[in-house]
Amino acid sequence: MTVIEARGLRKAFGATIALDGLDLRVEEGRILGLIGPNGAGKTTALNAILGLTPYQGELKVLGRDPWTERDQLMREVCFIADVAVLPRWLRVTQALDYVAGVHPRFDRAKAEAFLARTDIKRTSRVRELSKGMVAQLHLALVMAIDARLLVLDEPTLGLDILYRKQFYDSLLSDYFDHGRTIVVTTHQVEEIQHVLTDLMFIQRGRIVLDCTMEAFEARYQEVLVAPEHLAAAQALRPIHERQLFGRGIFLFENADRAQLAALGDVRTPSIADVFVAVMGNQTGAGQGAAR
Amino acid sequence: MTTPTRPFYWSVRRELWENKSVYVAPLAAAAVLLFGYAISTITLPRRVQALQALDPGRQSATITMPYNVIAGLVFVTAFIVAVFYCLDALHGERRDRSILFWKSLPVSDRTAVLAKASIPLVVLPLVVFAVVVAAHVFILALSTLVLAGNGPGLATLWTHVRVSQTAVALLYALAATSLWHAPLYGWLLLVSAWARRSAILWAVLPPLAIAVFERIAFQSSYFGRWLAWRLAGWFTQGFVTRVKGTAVEPLAAMTPGKLLTTPGLWAGLLFAALFLFAAVRVRRRREPI
Repeated sequence: MTVIEARGLRKAFGATIALDGLDLRVEEGRILGLIGPNGAGKTTALNAILGLTPYQGELKVLGRDPWTERDQLMREVCFIADVAVLPRWLRVTQALDYVAGVHPRFDRAKAEAFLARTDIKRTSRVRELSKGMVAQLHLALVMAIDARLLVLDEPTLGLDILYRKQFYDSLLSDYFDHGRTIVVTTHQVEEIQHVLTDLMFIQRGRIVLDCTMEAFEARYQEVLVAPEHLAAAQALRPIHERQLFGRGIFLFENADRAQLAALGDVRTPSIADVFVAVMGNQTGAGQGAAR
Repeated sequence: MTTPTRPFYWSVRRELWENKSVYVAPLAAAAVLLFGYAISTITLPRRVQALQALDPGRQSATITMPYNVIAGLVFVTAFIVAVFYCLDALHGERRDRSILFWKSLPVSDRTAVLAKASIPLVVLPLVVFAVVVAAHVFILALSTLVLAGNGPGLATLWTHVRVSQTAVALLYALAATSLWHAPLYGWLLLVSAWARRSAILWAVLPPLAIAVFERIAFQSSYFGRWLAWRLAGWFTQGFVTRVKGTAVEPLAAMTPGKLLTTPGLWAGLLFAALFLFAAVRVRRRREPI
């Protein structure tokens, strides 16, 4: 079943076009990473999906129109913006009371069990907690909600490496199952590469790459080329190349694996490297067209 | 699995968690006055003694004075709290980005705005009522203790102080102010939802500018008088204002018929509804600032 379906989504802030006819389709049970540079329209797209901002075009989330039915939609959708959105005056017990009081699908015992594994005191206010603890608290609240779609917009922004790792581990082991869908944006792409099932690159309000992670791994290869094979590697038209400690690292798209293996070690590239290559080429093409 | 929810109730509770001043400020105002009154009871027997020579009207005015002062000051405190509460209610949540958290829960913008409007319109008046009645009972009990054994003084006191009548009049006055000031609170909530910064300036400067403009352009002050009427009309319409020389019993001073037939009351309620409706629409579109 389709969880999110967007067609021709448009949104402009004055002269700035944030979403430029964005098409997007997310099926149930997927973990989608939405990757893009700053100002590419990631947050605007998520805000539209969450009913936080009006838009033009067609958008259905779990069969509902998010802009007109936000409060109904939020019974089945959860989101974590970043760690700064829990009000600083809120006490942990108040957070539990409030969410239990307004959310029909919140399981308080589950949230309490999750909090019991942390150092968070029930009587603390959010302002007294560290950034990592606030993220844990928010995650505890969200994981206790039996939602069908979870949206994460830079959920680990400003957290140290330990909390970031815990965050995604908890999410995968305690929360995710195939009846749920997760959409996540982050700049720390390398941390979620092994988590994702699907990947989208967004640039200037449009989706420029949309594939499953299997397709990604089949499509892109990275080769560490020994100095003597450099010319041969260049002849195969890599989409990107860089130098590291005197060795060439070449990125290929839809190349023949056997040919690549002859040049050096073949491995799956990181999303970040493909991102740089694809976005770099896009930017160049865009500038070329503009001239 | 679903459990029954009470979004409105919890939204009001959440306002009280964040804004303790809603009940702390009236309590603190009453506490300061009660402390002052407690000190003044040292001279109470002498003052009551001196009253015996006066006519009943003057006696009543003097004896009920502390009761009225405490009611009036708690009232004014609550009004100030209400104004500042409204100006921050839909602004603060955008400033600290917590609006993203509140909007991530299944609570509609209408429920959120109405819960906030209920603080000045319902919760604060009830707080004032409870605090003032408790303070009146406390003053009466304390003065009774001090005057115990002072036969005529005690009798004078109990003749003029009628806590239950005052309580009824107070409840009426609170209901009248709530209805009369509803458009004011609606306006402040709308400004608070709309303004990007300094909601207080956006709320106060335009009316001030209009008043000054009118003064300079036409040498008149209709707008200023109209504003004063929007603030004080609940009293001039809801009570017999002043009958010369005689003290009016609290219950006899109430004129609910006159208040309810004042077109300004109903026009004000219509505007309050429009402002709140607009505030709901604005909150739906607003993002953190």
